[in-house]
Amino acid sequence: MDDKRILGYAPLRMTSTEFLQQLINGLSLGAFYALIALGYTMVYGVLRFINFAHGDVFMIGAFCGYYLSPRLLPHFTGWMTPLGPISVLVLTMLICALLGIAIEKIAYRPLRSRPKLTVLITAIGVSLFLEYGGQFVFGADPKSFPELMPDRPLEGTGALTITTIQLAAFIVTISLLVALTFIVKRTRLGMAMRALSNNATAAALMGVNIDTVVSFTFGLGSALAGAGGILFALSYPSIDPLMGLLPGIKAFVAAVLGGIGNIPGAAVGGIVLGVVETFVGGSAFSTYRDAIAFALLIIILLFRPTGIFGRAQIEKV
Amino acid sequence: MNPLTRYIVVSFLFATAGLLAFPANAQDIVVGEFASLTGSEATFGVNSSNGVELAKEEINNAGGLLGGRKIKIIMEDDQSKPGQPSAAVKKLIANDKAVAIVGEIASSRSLEAAPICQEAKIPMVSPGSTNPSVTEKGDYIFRVCFIDPFQGTVMAKFALDNLHTKKVAILQDVKSDYSKGLAQFFKEYFTSHGGQIVIDRSYTGGGTDKDFRAQLTAIKAAQPEAIFVPGYYTEAGLIAKQARSLGIKVPLLGGDGWDSPKLTEIGGSALDGCYFSTHFSVQDKNPKVQDFVKKYQGKFHALPDGMAPLGYDAMTILAQAINTAGSTDGTKIRDALTNVKDYPGVTGNITIDEKRNATKSAVVLQVKANRANFVASVPP
Repeated sequence: MDDKRILGYAPLRMTSTEFLQQLINGLSLGAFYALIALGYTMVYGVLRFINFAHGDVFMIGAFCGYYLSPRLLPHFTGWMTPLGPISVLVLTMLICALLGIAIEKIAYRPLRSRPKLTVLITAIGVSLFLEYGGQFVFGADPKSFPELMPDRPLEGTGALTITTIQLAAFIVTISLLVALTFIVKRTRLGMAMRALSNNATAAALMGVNIDTVVSFTFGLGSALAGAGGILFALSYPSIDPLMGLLPGIKAFVAAVLGGIGNIPGAAVGGIVLGVVETFVGGSAFSTYRDAIAFALLIIILLFRPTGIFGRAQIEKV
Repeated sequence: MNPLTRYIVVSFLFATAGLLAFPANAQDIVVGEFASLTGSEATFGVNSSNGVELAKEEINNAGGLLGGRKIKIIMEDDQSKPGQPSAAVKKLIANDKAVAIVGEIASSRSLEAAPICQEAKIPMVSPGSTNPSVTEKGDYIFRVCFIDPFQGTVMAKFALDNLHTKKVAILQDVKSDYSKGLAQFFKEYFTSHGGQIVIDRSYTGGGTDKDFRAQLTAIKAAQPEAIFVPGYYTEAGLIAKQARSLGIKVPLLGGDGWDSPKLTEIGGSALDGCYFSTHFSVQDKNPKVQDFVKKYQGKFHALPDGMAPLGYDAMTILAQAINTAGSTDGTKIRDALTNVKDYPGVTGNITIDEKRNATKSAVVLQVKANRANFVASVPP
């Protein structure tokens, strides 16, 4: 490909190195969207409602990391050093899981038999509560997130750069995705989730404890959001209480794009959104990045209203 | 608690509440201020209002204005968000009866409040909004800082003459009038003096965008010798970090939007060797500056950034104008403000020109090991 570029003339032209680099950038951005989208999609699969507070659980995850790191990391020295960030990640996922379960118990469960719209509005209320409660507790100014691991480019990738954090984020995302698929497909609770998703009444008649399964679903989704929050804050180390808003909306779109309720769909939707955004952002149309990315999504949904993986008869989680 | 103590406590509470609700002595001169005390540009608001506070205290301790009347500042936080400044200024003028307003640092937010002040004929002095259109909103709108055609030119000149760069990339914040203005004036000077803008990309600031790798990858492919990033510190720190991790080694250049202790807190060593233009340097040997730094440190236990002395200068110039006007009438204060000449401020000698802008010099600082070191001073 031509290495010379002329501004405004061929705004979409790029070299192959640049193309691959943008692909890497897009994949690593998409991995975050995928992690958050999984939570949206699981809750939708089980309860048929959108948990708008999900993006804010993601924000709480980032703040957990912010407050836990200085307290936990000094205890891990020598050969144990790599365990420090992992313990922060695990503890954050645990806290977020508990938060998710609590939100469901307090705010959503009492409304379960009410119209879906009531729960939806409540979810928006919970979201605003977490955002502005967060401003009150953490302060509204952006905070710089501690460096949990050295951020440097990997060796031997030639002209391309992949940083250690990007790689770590990708590995964690993939492992969580595999673990999630395993839980849903291979465990009894996973089977109960699928049963509930298929037909809640029938599942209850077969002895599935709906409350437990719903709590489990919320816990699992929120743990993923917490992990997403930590990884996001590692990559973009400026965190504030409103940071969950935009990634939350984008992940929601990613979930719809992939076919809401479908786990691989959410992952693919996130990746597609990340890659599209990155390519538009790198082009001369960078000003219209979100507009173009979302216009593309609308077009995809016009042709496939159920999303990429959505079918009339799909196995929902 | 027996009924009597309860009665006393309750009446005491009401009395305190009453005091809080009407604390202003009728003699006090009320000056309204709106600033970003929280949100993505929080250090701007906090530091400039610290400067205002310091000035107010000095003036009041020295006997106040207009023969012994004290200044009372009423502060509104606009949370670094659009929409908030207009509500804040309406409240300050209508409810608090402010005789003058100290404006914002961020141009977009000063631009929002300016028409309201203009219509109410209440003079507004912005400490640090550098976009030219701010004072074009009307003849009641002033500023005590230089404007972007000058600041953009300073950085373009610096890139050409001091850094000897000919090919520069621009990465601007489309959400900010300040950033767009600075980019435009930089480009105009740079290209008309033999330089070339090899690529121009944009992002959305105010905490919206956090991933700049897409734009930076495109910028890297264009092989510039420097990158001009006329945004605010939160994004500049992240941009520097991501640029370095993508293997971009050329220096980043910025404007006074970078001038915040948070810049290096976020960007860290990625910013080493980068330059930005601003209003003032704590390393300036001028006794006026050193005196200010000492007083500021004594009160706030931190080094001032460029926004603090601007707040200080805005308040002292406003106070002087009120005294010269001999009245708290908005029109008279405005007339006095238009006549400010060679006022010895902390940020340099300030003369208000016919467009209600201040003409004065800029400084260029270089970031090194989390500190901003003085490199050059550029006269107007």
